[in-house]
Amino acid sequence: MPIIGVNRDRLFEALGRRYTDEEFDQLCFEYGIELDDVTSEREMIRKELSKDDASALSEASEDVIYKIDIPANRYDMLCLEGIARALNIFKGRLEAPQYRLADMKGKPLLQLVVKPETALIRPYVVAAVLRGVTFDATRYTSFIDLQDKLHQNLCRQRSLVAIGTHDLAKCRGPFSYEALPPADISFVPLKQTQKFRADELMEHYLANDQKLKKFVPLIKDSLVYPAIYDADRTLLSLPPIINGAATAISLETRDVFIECTATDLTKAKVVLNTVCAMFAEYCAQPYVVEPVEVIDSFGESHVYPDLAPRQIDVPLEYINSRLGLQLEPSTVAKLLRSMQLQVELSSAAAAAADGSSSSGPSLLVSVPPTRSDILHACDVMEDVAIAYGYNNLSNQIPTTVTQGRELPLNQLTELLRQEVALAGYTEILTWALCSRAENFDAMRCPESAPGSGAVAIGNPQTAEFEVCRTTLLPSALKTIAANKREPLPLRLFELSDVVLLDAERDVGARNERRLVAVHCGKASEFEVIHGLLDRVMQVLNVPREGSNPELEAKLGGGYSWAPSEHASFFPGRQATISACGQQVGTIGIVHPEVLAAFDIEHPVSALELNIQPFVFDTALKSLMHELHGWNLVH
Amino acid sequence: MAADIEQALLQQLADSADGSIPDSGDFATAVSQDHLKVVGVIKSLEAAEMITVEDISHSRFVLTSEAQAYLSAGSPEVKLFNAVPADGITLAQLKSQLPGDVSDVGFKQAMQQRWVALDKAAGEPRVVRKVDSVTDGAQAQLAAVAAGNELPKAEADALKKRKLIKLDTWKTYRVAKGAKFATQRKRQATELTSEMIASGSWRSKEFKPFNFNSMGLPPSGGHLHPLMKVRSQYRKIFVAMGFQEMPTNNYVESSFWNFDSLFQPQQHPARDAHDTFFLTSPAASDTFPEDYLARVKAVHEHGGHGSAGYGYCWKRSEAQKNLLRTHTTAVSSRMLYKLAQEGFKPAKYFSIDRVFRNEAVDRTHLAEFHQVEGLVCDRGLTLGHLIATLQEFFSRLGMKELRFKPAFNPYTEPSMEIFGYSSELGKWMEVGNSGMFRPEMLQPMGLPPDVNVIAWGLSLERPTMILYGIDNIRDLFGHKVSLSMVKSNPICRMGL
Repeated sequence: MPIIGVNRDRLFEALGRRYTDEEFDQLCFEYGIELDDVTSEREMIRKELSKDDASALSEASEDVIYKIDIPANRYDMLCLEGIARALNIFKGRLEAPQYRLADMKGKPLLQLVVKPETALIRPYVVAAVLRGVTFDATRYTSFIDLQDKLHQNLCRQRSLVAIGTHDLAKCRGPFSYEALPPADISFVPLKQTQKFRADELMEHYLANDQKLKKFVPLIKDSLVYPAIYDADRTLLSLPPIINGAATAISLETRDVFIECTATDLTKAKVVLNTVCAMFAEYCAQPYVVEPVEVIDSFGESHVYPDLAPRQIDVPLEYINSRLGLQLEPSTVAKLLRSMQLQVELSSAAAAAADGSSSSGPSLLVSVPPTRSDILHACDVMEDVAIAYGYNNLSNQIPTTVTQGRELPLNQLTELLRQEVALAGYTEILTWALCSRAENFDAMRCPESAPGSGAVAIGNPQTAEFEVCRTTLLPSALKTIAANKREPLPLRLFELSDVVLLDAERDVGARNERRLVAVHCGKASEFEVIHGLLDRVMQVLNVPREGSNPELEAKLGGGYSWAPSEHASFFPGRQATISACGQQVGTIGIVHPEVLAAFDIEHPVSALELNIQPFVFDTALKSLMHELHGWNLVH
Repeated sequence: MAADIEQALLQQLADSADGSIPDSGDFATAVSQDHLKVVGVIKSLEAAEMITVEDISHSRFVLTSEAQAYLSAGSPEVKLFNAVPADGITLAQLKSQLPGDVSDVGFKQAMQQRWVALDKAAGEPRVVRKVDSVTDGAQAQLAAVAAGNELPKAEADALKKRKLIKLDTWKTYRVAKGAKFATQRKRQATELTSEMIASGSWRSKEFKPFNFNSMGLPPSGGHLHPLMKVRSQYRKIFVAMGFQEMPTNNYVESSFWNFDSLFQPQQHPARDAHDTFFLTSPAASDTFPEDYLARVKAVHEHGGHGSAGYGYCWKRSEAQKNLLRTHTTAVSSRMLYKLAQEGFKPAKYFSIDRVFRNEAVDRTHLAEFHQVEGLVCDRGLTLGHLIATLQEFFSRLGMKELRFKPAFNPYTEPSMEIFGYSSELGKWMEVGNSGMFRPEMLQPMGLPPDVNVIAWGLSLERPTMILYGIDNIRDLFGHKVSLSMVKSNPICRMGL
């Protein structure tokens, strides 16, 4: 969620009153934004600087700055102007402005002509003009900051949309949006005094500019770079990287030309609308924006920005039924006005939001261009709820009658945890993610072995999280190693999932619930862990093979064990466990080389058991099949 | 051994005229025992109040290890003097003849004593004798100390300054008869035994008093992990409220079920590689319910069901990407889809299981943690129903006061952050997130239009950390957790 820093006093000036921090925090809470921090420029610099940089500190302002956390869908609140406007309308101090296009009275529109080559790199462009803007230092900074915030959020680091703003006094239309070989583009970029060729400029930024270098890969290897020129071939911008110095805006700029180039046209329109709506406040005619005609590469004409409100028809019943209220249409209209939505009442039967017909009154809601977050009647309904106050809603437990039920596998897990703890083992809880080395090499089991392999993560931040574990034993060994000071013997257990590759599942992998138990003492004392196996089978009511033929027949077999040759265990001191007619686990003395790999000095005997065959639950199997085995169903 | 010493000591006290032993050191020498062992006996007898004890402090100078060497081989200043020939020698030559420590210390001392001088008259400085012969005073003084003799204060101070002698202090004791003195210690019984009961000897035995400050023997049973204890209580609360547990035992999920089915657009930041673990094996899913997938694509691209949609080009390849689920809501989505296919009936679902985020690990974040999730699916559910359900749920957790803040979440509308008042901490805390699932999520599944879903989620770790006073999540979850913490934490009373 974006966090916006605004000057507190300027904000209060715009809100027409002062608040205490607590009062303002409460207002934020009601509206759904959050006062994250109260600080100042000087305080922020102090926090960032490890060493004393006295000059930067003394120049820094001590004005209080509110850091405000804005919901990720409210792009119209990414600057002081937007926050103040939203809160003023919310508190009824201000009518929601009517954003509109300038009446051109027959004057031709400024034109922006798109060349077909732009389709190769960045196909869309939209534009608008703000006339007679009055900047001051604060407004100017806010204007730049808003573009930054939009670039970071909605524009996805300029990959989807990039904004360029220009002084219209320093260039003239018609403009053209082109895509040219980098060697053919040469200009003086913003904040530079000499000319660069575009490809050399990319190298320059990669080497020297921390901020811009992260955008360079967006176009660097393209055969053509996007560029906007004016009628005199003055370069306005090289999107999405940098603007030209020639048309840079300044505090003195009065007429601002805004262009947004994009790979996503919907978002480009939202970005343009947001910038225009926020700063049209400072135009000679407030909230009036001069349109620009974009001629696309097919020769078709489009006029931007589109500031016309969108209409949504919302049945009153839809709102009331979802909020559990009985509001009158006029009340709803008043509440929605405080959320910037204009409402016309229509008593005629209208199609309900969900498509079913309804005969109650319906609200025709006008959504301003600033509220691109409103997609559906449910968004309007939420605005009613916010304006009404979440904490003023009447509450009632739903009458829904259902049966509580645990998942059988989890219920068995809960029961077994208790039993294993009663048997003297201490429960541990370890991560499902681990390194390849821990899961394979340290266990003396190469990943390349047939039937081996694990779910692999493509983008781990550290080697700790390379794969999902296929066995619980390494984590138990790590826990022993991390608790060297604990008195011996250590007896530990965990009941958790491993993840195994499984081509039968729609996603290609499945979890398996396992029990791992380890005994670590001065001697291996295999009989201790063996005793736990017997006890676990006893509480699961699975008899030793040959001891209860009748029960064994029902289960498909009692439990038994047979010599095995698992590389993680000591030769001749290990076994495979079978039960219910299938292999269910391993028991043995851990191989000394495995102990060495985990830095453990004492012998460890271990048991790892798949407990899923003991759930005896067919309902779970069919449920998992339905949820994850679509390939089998179809 | 100790018994012999004890016997001898008690006997000597009994025999002595004034009922005392003036110095335990002399006693130890007399009975040829190590004084430390005698002290052990004295402490034990003192604890039994059989004797009383007064400290006697002693001190004397002893030689340091450096001085031990001088005692046999002579002091370095004399060695240095002897190495200087009558016609002098350059400093470098002199140093080459003697070991480094001898030449450094010896030169300094010999200069101080004015036995030698540095002649700088003719170019390179030369060391020359200033006296004809010297006597080794330091060696003689050290010998005196070694023999246990006292030195004049000035000499002792000089040697102390040179770190050749140090003061050694020790204690001995004056011992006298105590309140319960006897020549034989009466054995106190510590245990009541079967034999005592059989013989009746318990009637005459003296029993050692309990030490009420000591701890008992820890039981040998096992222990449950605190996070799992809390999980058990949450499970009980959900089941008691009529919720059915969802099968969340699938960490690997496709982007389709984790994001797309939840109406989370494909350019959403949560779908970035720096927030989510994407998989290289198995890298992608390719079996989906195709008709449903087509409806999901449609609602993303151009809406429908009363929605404007997001207006972008939805890509199947993006939905196919496998990941480690970022929330258990992926399973809720599968469950609701299944419910719609089977024909709707009211449902209440819950789950508590692991979710994964590709975040840097710190005091409050891990790459995996447990998400608690609950949802109710029925016709005509309202936001008021959600609030009341949350109040019921959280009051069972001990949080009686809640308030709600508007929030944003791609798949719920309205969305509410849940704040609870902690009476222990005396402040409001964010305790979870909640909302009503968007129609764009539910309608493509095929649920009837008047069916709403209210849902909420929270992490299991955070309330557990508050409950057990743990301020670093790595002390709660993972292999580095201290076993003593696991063994010592109390039961979870949540829901009591």
